[in-house]
Amino acid sequence: MSGLKKILGLLWIALGPVIIIFLFMQAADKIGAAAEGIARTNTTLQWAIIILIFIPICTGLVIFGYYAWKGEYDHLPESSEEL
Amino acid sequence: MRSTESNVTQSITQVIAASSLGTLIEWYDFYIFGSLAVIIGQQLFPSDAGASALINTLAIFAAGFIVRPFGALVFGRLGDLIGRKYTFLLTLVLMGGSTFLIGLIPSYSSIGYAAPVLVLILRLVQGLALGGEYGGAATYVAEHAPVGRRGFFTSWIQTTATLGLFLSLGVIVLTKNILGAKNFADWGWRIPFLVSILLVVVSIYIRMKMHESPVFSKLKAEGKVSTNPLKESFQKKANFKMVLVALFGATMGQGVVWYTGQFYAQSFLENTCKLDFNESRYILLWAIVFATPFFVIFGSWSDKVGRKWIMLAGMLLGVICYRPIYQYFLDATNVKEMQKTMLLGQSEPVVERGLVPGKADSLITTTVTKTLTNGMTFKESKVEVITEDVLAEVAAVETVIKDVTLSQSSYIVIILLVFFQVVLVTMVYGPIAAFLVELFPTQIRYTSMSLPYHIGNGVFGGLVPFIATLIASFQGSTPLSGLWYPIGIAALSFIIGAVYIDNRRDDNVMD
Repeated sequence: MSGLKKILGLLWIALGPVIIIFLFMQAADKIGAAAEGIARTNTTLQWAIIILIFIPICTGLVIFGYYAWKGEYDHLPESSEEL
Repeated sequence: MRSTESNVTQSITQVIAASSLGTLIEWYDFYIFGSLAVIIGQQLFPSDAGASALINTLAIFAAGFIVRPFGALVFGRLGDLIGRKYTFLLTLVLMGGSTFLIGLIPSYSSIGYAAPVLVLILRLVQGLALGGEYGGAATYVAEHAPVGRRGFFTSWIQTTATLGLFLSLGVIVLTKNILGAKNFADWGWRIPFLVSILLVVVSIYIRMKMHESPVFSKLKAEGKVSTNPLKESFQKKANFKMVLVALFGATMGQGVVWYTGQFYAQSFLENTCKLDFNESRYILLWAIVFATPFFVIFGSWSDKVGRKWIMLAGMLLGVICYRPIYQYFLDATNVKEMQKTMLLGQSEPVVERGLVPGKADSLITTTVTKTLTNGMTFKESKVEVITEDVLAEVAAVETVIKDVTLSQSSYIVIILLVFFQVVLVTMVYGPIAAFLVELFPTQIRYTSMSLPYHIGNGVFGGLVPFIATLIASFQGSTPLSGLWYPIGIAALSFIIGAVYIDNRRDDNVMD
């Protein structure tokens, strides 16, 4: 199980930036479409909110992956003294 | 011995009752906005804003969720510094005051864009207050609960969010039925907001009589109160890594399951399936009534079998079942297709004439009420725009379906399907307060548990209606496309939770 936790850690490290890049690409695509009058509900403000919210969350996912890769979750604390 | 046990039970019952009432009212305040999103959108934005009015209103609704983690930090810090009791007394006053003021904000036609800006500011205050409230109430009850029954006792606090939603829907439906649809849309929607002030006064009175948490009082007496809980929570790696695993492995998935089952379901039935205003709310009301006891059942069960697998099973079932459930919603309300073979009759057409907002073009709306052989009814409106020029050319014709009422069998099946979704909510949400309380030590508990809870629920969960509606508006998307957001998040959380979280119960929270 520890091995799986570490390997998945690498996946979480990669997933953070991938999500942000995906969101930027979606934003550019949809805002562009809105500018051409195809979908007026996709505005810059809405996408800016989404991206601003998910940047810190994805950063947290990368940190989580890093901790997992370093083996920080191989043993979770049994009591608060271990924290 | 028996008398001591009885005193403890009596005491914890009073603690739960006093904490739950205030928390329930805060949830009521928070949810009336979402339940009235369509009407509020019409009041806050220009009349020709169309779909963007709803999406912008959902964005304001979501803004309240997004700031919840900041409320958790600010009030969590206060709670760990000055105590649980006074902190969530303050959050209650802020929540009640801002809700009351939303009910007084003039509409767009009176003050223009100042209306949505003012509502946004008040919505942010609501979000901050709720961010501080829940962690305090859950911590307060958990720190009073006897060992081995923490899941059972905190599950009562967990019912308050759903009951707050129930109360908000009930007050809205009741007000609308008394005033009629037109008065309700014009000014009656303000009443549920204004009523809040009465509920808050009662709750403040009850909470003033509560005592401080015994665990916090002991810490205070021993001089062990944290001097900087924020720093201890997030700069100490051992604590921060637990905050991260709680967020990604539990609260993130729990948040999307909660808001899909209890918010998106109703929004989907009303806006996508075009179900009648009252009918979509009655469905959710019935589902909540039957499912609410399961919060306590799963909370109590988690005391015996552990918290982890109950919560993760709820997420997995959501991932598997959401698409078939919502596909049924679409099929059962597809009156456009049904009327080809099942049309029983239709009413005399009602013609309304007016002007296109902001233009001189004429707008003619012809509405008929149709009845199908299976008992379903709906309104079909043909909207014609006639240009101003001398030729009086018909520029656009659009057919709109609305106010669909279901056949009895479909009505019951849809209630059962929404009930099933709310049961999933009880699986992920019933045990989570006990899970979070046991994860963090007393000194930093209010701060540490509040943050992952409110990011999971406020950000991931609260954004479900907004992001799902946005995805469904993409070119080439289907009405079910919006579900990929909650399905993806719940699946990710399930994997992280299954791999990284232990299925243990920590009996000692007095540390």
